[in-house]
Amino acid sequence: MGTLTRAGLAESIYAAVGLSRNESAALLESVLDRMKTALAEGDSIKISGFGTFSVRQKGRRIGRNPKTGDEVPILPRRVLIFRASQILREAVDHGVPDGAVRS
Amino acid sequence: MTRSELITALAADHPHLTLADVERIVSALFDEMTASLARGDRVELRGFGAFSVKRRQARAGRNPRTGETVDVTEKTVPFFRAGRELREMINAGMAVAEVAASEAPKRKGIKR
Repeated sequence: MGTLTRAGLAESIYAAVGLSRNESAALLESVLDRMKTALAEGDSIKISGFGTFSVRQKGRRIGRNPKTGDEVPILPRRVLIFRASQILREAVDHGVPDGAVRS
Repeated sequence: MTRSELITALAADHPHLTLADVERIVSALFDEMTASLARGDRVELRGFGAFSVKRRQARAGRNPRTGETVDVTEKTVPFFRAGRELREMINAGMAVAEVAASEAPKRKGIKR
């Protein structure tokens, strides 16, 4: 079982439009940067066929240090939630062969 | 931001590419990630996050409307965990001291 990383995704850009390896890598970075910036601004990202990334505000609550049992306040923070689309869920649950997924 | 807004923004960043090329690129990326996850592989993008699949065991569920017990079969679901850099970017708008304090208790035992 492998892991898909930046190299593999840059390769798929190269395969899709024939940009050079360097340009493909730069483009991938630019896609991720655009997504990160939108999320940092609190915007959600909806990629049809894949899923939705959204930022959720969490309120202050009392946590506990599991080792010592001490009460520690957990301050308000923002967390990122990813909700996979129905298409992605089905692909993952049934295992769709390569190339059969078109979004 | 929607998929098409992302495509428009990227086309503006890369004026030497046509909108159709950018569309093909964005589709290729998400298709490749979907295919990897469908195979059971992980997708790891340092600084952004990691996608993986998790197996959920079969369980006895309940129809919330009727209260009837129904069998929920075992299934595999996609899972995403944001990377450190992205988590920090998302919280950057909040007071630095607050973030540091809320980060401190989770140094060990990262929830998986």
